[in-house]
Amino acid sequence: MAVQTVASTTESTVDLGPAAALSCRECGHRVPLGPVFACEECFGPLEIAYDFSAYDTEELRKRIESGPSNIWRYAPLLPVPADVATKPNINPGWTQLVKADNLARELGVDEGKLFVKDDSGNPTHSFKDRVVAQALEAARAFGFTTLSCSSTGNLAGAVGAAAARAGFRSCVFIPHDLEQGKVVMAAVYGGELVGIEGNYDDVNRFCSELIGDPAGEGWGFVNVNLRPYYAEGSKTLAYEICEQLGWRLPDQLVVPIASGSQLTKIDKGLQELIKLGLVEDKPYKIFGAQAEGCSPVSTAFKAGHDVVRPQKPDTIAKSLAIGNPADGPYVLDIARRTGGFVEDVTDEQVVDAIKVLARTEGIFAETAGGVTVGVTRKLIENGVLDPAKSTVVLNTGDGLKTLDAVAGTGLTATIRPNLDSFRDAGLA
Amino acid sequence: MSVTVRIPTILRTYTGGQAEVSAEGATLGEVIADLEKNHTGIAARVLDDQGKLRRFVNVYVNDDDVRFEQGLETATPDGAGVSIIPAVAGG
Repeated sequence: MAVQTVASTTESTVDLGPAAALSCRECGHRVPLGPVFACEECFGPLEIAYDFSAYDTEELRKRIESGPSNIWRYAPLLPVPADVATKPNINPGWTQLVKADNLARELGVDEGKLFVKDDSGNPTHSFKDRVVAQALEAARAFGFTTLSCSSTGNLAGAVGAAAARAGFRSCVFIPHDLEQGKVVMAAVYGGELVGIEGNYDDVNRFCSELIGDPAGEGWGFVNVNLRPYYAEGSKTLAYEICEQLGWRLPDQLVVPIASGSQLTKIDKGLQELIKLGLVEDKPYKIFGAQAEGCSPVSTAFKAGHDVVRPQKPDTIAKSLAIGNPADGPYVLDIARRTGGFVEDVTDEQVVDAIKVLARTEGIFAETAGGVTVGVTRKLIENGVLDPAKSTVVLNTGDGLKTLDAVAGTGLTATIRPNLDSFRDAGLA
Repeated sequence: MSVTVRIPTILRTYTGGQAEVSAEGATLGEVIADLEKNHTGIAARVLDDQGKLRRFVNVYVNDDDVRFEQGLETATPDGAGVSIIPAVAGG
């Protein structure tokens, strides 16, 4: 089946595969592909418009299945050149979709129905490698030689690693009080790492101003001026989940919300697979997960609002601590359209959920994974999420990055090196 | 009250390429009205049809996001810095 997703009406001179133009999500205004992110008409976010008209469904499926074991198997659906797999990049993706029967029993989900998409398996141990890999290709296409970002930590590491691999300079900006593990993971790649006195929203503001200043000229900020390309990387989570389920849509997905970009792009990816005929067109529900200490989207959802009122973040889930989420309104739209929900959990519940996931499935999640598992449990307890339907819970990062969250976890006992001591400690 | 307004790249077509311009007004709403007087067309880019700040525009008076203050009624003291910034994605 040939599918016409969009018609290409705007001339673009760079080769980014099926990407045809940039289109404003708010007003539909189109501009050529370039390093711009906000609509000149209404400030709305620009996103990639594709031309998928040449694809035959079965040929496309075969092409994907014979592709590399990373996100580039989906190159025909991404803003990257066809030969992307030959270029120096960090090649993330194709992470495990774990059938989580032990966790299912713990949470009261039917056997065989619960899965954890474990993105801690990426090169820098978070889903951010997916989006950075996309942004790197855009940076290359637009002739940038410095890669930069504002970051809550995971992105900083992913940018540092990708820049090192591709031979770019990197200079990234983070809140000054991030977890030590994330600071080290960002600094070790040798790029410049700058702490900003403020929270993530302050860092973001600074980067937005830097980009309009001569000091930031020629810099590719992955989540600012390269945002339209960067954000598309999250679609690959949707593609992989469906392909790993045997080209089927899950009934329910539980996705963490920081800016809301990942959730909106997962929905976009699912919609593309449906339109392309790669999966059956059937309903699915998307549930958003936040920490109570930074819950602007869940607060708006529960109040029935269309507008997200910013909050000052105060949570251990720092990778989700964005008080002014740019894609929040779209998350509300998607959760409501699909019949999902947006819920939040306390920091205590986050820590408990991290331990439950580790104890039941051997997956050590960072705090964001604790948020999704904690929210899944709450949604089941409240009768919002159906335990009889297939459910995919996202873990977007590795627990080694947020060791402080489970700092109370340690030795069961300290004994002398003899059997009596072992028995006396009640370990026999 | 005279304030300095930082103009984002996508609005500089209205300011002849200038990244910073001066404007008058005791509140943010008055500052935007004054900007419109000297740089016709800019207000329609920042405000929606109801005259409210567009949802993808962030405005700061000095270091404060006006959404945490009084929105367009936020006071703009003499010498204040006003920044208009498009919303961006997470990290």
